[in-house]
Amino acid sequence: MEIGSVKYRIGKNYGFKALVTIFAFACVIPLLFILFFILRQGITKINWHFLVNVPKPVGETGGGVANALVGSILIIFFSSLIAIPIGIMAGIYLSENRKSRLAYWTRLCTDILQGVPSIVIGIVAYFWIVKPLGGFSALSGSIALAIMMLPIVVRSTEETLKLLPSSLQEAAFALGMPFHRVIFKVVVPVGISGILSGVMLSIARITGETAPLLFTAFGNPYLSFNVTKPMQSLPLLIFNYATSPYDDWKDLAWGASLILLMWVLLLNIFTKLITRKWKVQL
Amino acid sequence: MDTSVENGAVTRSDHPLRVINSTPEAIAKAQRRVQRSFRQIRTESVFRQSLMIIGLLMVVLVLGILLTLVVQSLPSIKALGPKFLWGKVWDPVQDIYGGLPFLLGTLISSFLALIISIPFSLAVAIWLGEYYPKGWLPDFLKNTVELIAAVPSVIYGFWGLAVLVPIVRNLETHIGVAPIGQGIFASSLILAIMIIPYAASLGRSMIQMVPSQLKEAAYGLGATRWEVIRSVVLPYTKSGLFAGILLSLGRALGETMAVTMVIGNTSLMPTNIFAPGNTMASVIANEFTEADKPVYLSALIELGLVLFLVTVVINLIGKKIIDRFTND
Repeated sequence: MEIGSVKYRIGKNYGFKALVTIFAFACVIPLLFILFFILRQGITKINWHFLVNVPKPVGETGGGVANALVGSILIIFFSSLIAIPIGIMAGIYLSENRKSRLAYWTRLCTDILQGVPSIVIGIVAYFWIVKPLGGFSALSGSIALAIMMLPIVVRSTEETLKLLPSSLQEAAFALGMPFHRVIFKVVVPVGISGILSGVMLSIARITGETAPLLFTAFGNPYLSFNVTKPMQSLPLLIFNYATSPYDDWKDLAWGASLILLMWVLLLNIFTKLITRKWKVQL
Repeated sequence: MDTSVENGAVTRSDHPLRVINSTPEAIAKAQRRVQRSFRQIRTESVFRQSLMIIGLLMVVLVLGILLTLVVQSLPSIKALGPKFLWGKVWDPVQDIYGGLPFLLGTLISSFLALIISIPFSLAVAIWLGEYYPKGWLPDFLKNTVELIAAVPSVIYGFWGLAVLVPIVRNLETHIGVAPIGQGIFASSLILAIMIIPYAASLGRSMIQMVPSQLKEAAYGLGATRWEVIRSVVLPYTKSGLFAGILLSLGRALGETMAVTMVIGNTSLMPTNIFAPGNTMASVIANEFTEADKPVYLSALIELGLVLFLVTVVINLIGKKIIDRFTND
C-alpha cells in the first residue's frame, strides 16, 4: 500500500480514530480504579460504630470519625454562611455592571482567586486570623475555605444572570420597582437554579480541600463543637492518618476516604442532575 | 389630570398633597406614601453602593493576599536576597535557605505530568468535540472526566501512596534505580491524572466552536476525517488548546496534598526523575507549622509568594487567550 493512496489515507483515518478512542477512554480507567479501590478498602470499615465514635489511640481497635464528620459539617456551614451571600452579591454586581472599570477589576480578581493554589490561601488565612486571634481555630478554616468558594459562586451567579433576557428586568423597572426589589424579586428567583448549582459545586470543591486547613483548623483528635478552637475535618483526618505508620489508623483513613468520596461525588452528580433538569448552562 | 404650562414649566394643579382632599388623614397618608418612596430610593442607592463595595472587596481580597505574602516574606527577602532562588541547599538547622530544590521539584513534576497528560486530554477533547459530540457514551465520558476533577486531592494522595507507589517501586527495581517508590515520578503520575479534565473540557468546547464551513470545505476537497482534524480543527484551535494546557499547568504547580503524600519529602536537589524531592507547595505544607525561626517561616512564605505569582501569571495568560479566542 503506497503512501498517499486513498486506501492508505482511509486506513490512517481509522487508525487515528481508534487511537483517539483508546486514549480518551483510558482516562476513565484510573478514576474507576480509585473508586473501586476506595470502595473495597472503605466499605468494610464503615458501620454505625464508625460514624458515632471518635478515633481511638494506637493499639486499640475500633474508633470512628465522628469528630471529623462534625468538624467538616461545621466548617463548611460557616464558610457557606460567609461565601454564599458575598459571592452572589458580587455576581449580581458583575452582571449588572458589565462595562464599568471596577467590574473589570473585580472580574479579573475573581479569575485570579480561582487559580490561587489552596496552600497559599492557607498561609494568608494563618496571618489574617490565626495569628491575631492567637491560635488555630475552626473559624479561620471556614474563612480560608470561604475564600476558595467565592470565585466559583461569583462566576456561576454572573454567568447565570447574564443569560437572563433584559426585557424581564425592564418590565419590572417599568412597573416602578426599585432596583433592589427587581434584583431580589425578579432576577435572583429566575436565576436561582444556576446560582444554586454554582453554590453546590463550590461546596463540593471545598469539602475535599485539605491544604488550607493545615494551618487553620489544624485538626483535633477529640470531638469539638467550639469553632474558636482547633477542629478535625475529614480531609485532615485522612491526611494525618494515611501518612501514619499504624494499620488501625490507615483503616480509619480508608473509611473516612469512602465517606468523603461519596459525599463529594453525590454532590457533584446531584448538581449535574439539577442542571440538566432545569436546563442550566454552567 | 389638569396640567398647565407656567413659565415654560409643567405644573400639576391636582397634586395629591395640594389640592385633593385636605383632611388630616389624607395628608398623613400622602406623606407616608412620599416617605415610603423616599425610603425605597434610599434603600436602592444603599443597595447599589453595597454591591459596589462587595465588588471592591474581591479586588481588596486579592491585593490583600499579595500584600500579606510580600510583607511576611520581607525578612527572608532582606536576609537572603535573590540568591534564595538559586541556592541549592535547604538546611533550616544551620540557617541555610536555598529554594532551588523546590523550584526544580515543582517544575520537573509539573512538566512531566503535563507531558503524560497531554495525549489523554487531547484525545478526550477530540473525541468529544469532533467525533462524538452527542449521545449517551459521550455524555458518560464527559461526566466521568469531569468527576476526575471532583475527587479530593487527599484521596488521590492516599490512593497513590497505597497503590501507585508500590507499582513505581516495582518499576524502579526493574530499571535499576534505587527502589524508593515515593518520588517525583510517582507524584507526576498522580498529577497527570488530576489535571486531565482541565485541558480536556476546555479543548472540547474550543473544538466544538470550529466553524462547520471550514470543515465542510475540507471534506469537499476530499479530506478524510483525520486530515480535517489535523489540518483544520487543530490549527484553528491551537491557541485554545494551548490555553487549556496552561490552565492544567497552573493546577499542577499549585497542587499540594496529593504531591505531599507521594513525593517523598526530602530537601535535597533532585538528581533524576525517580528521586524523592519536594515541591514548593509540599514543603510549605510539611514545614510551615514546624518553622520555629522567623527567617525560616518567612523563607517558606517567599516560596508561597513565588508560587502565587507564577500561577497568577499562567492563569491570566490562559484566560486572555481564551477570551480572545471566544470573542473572535
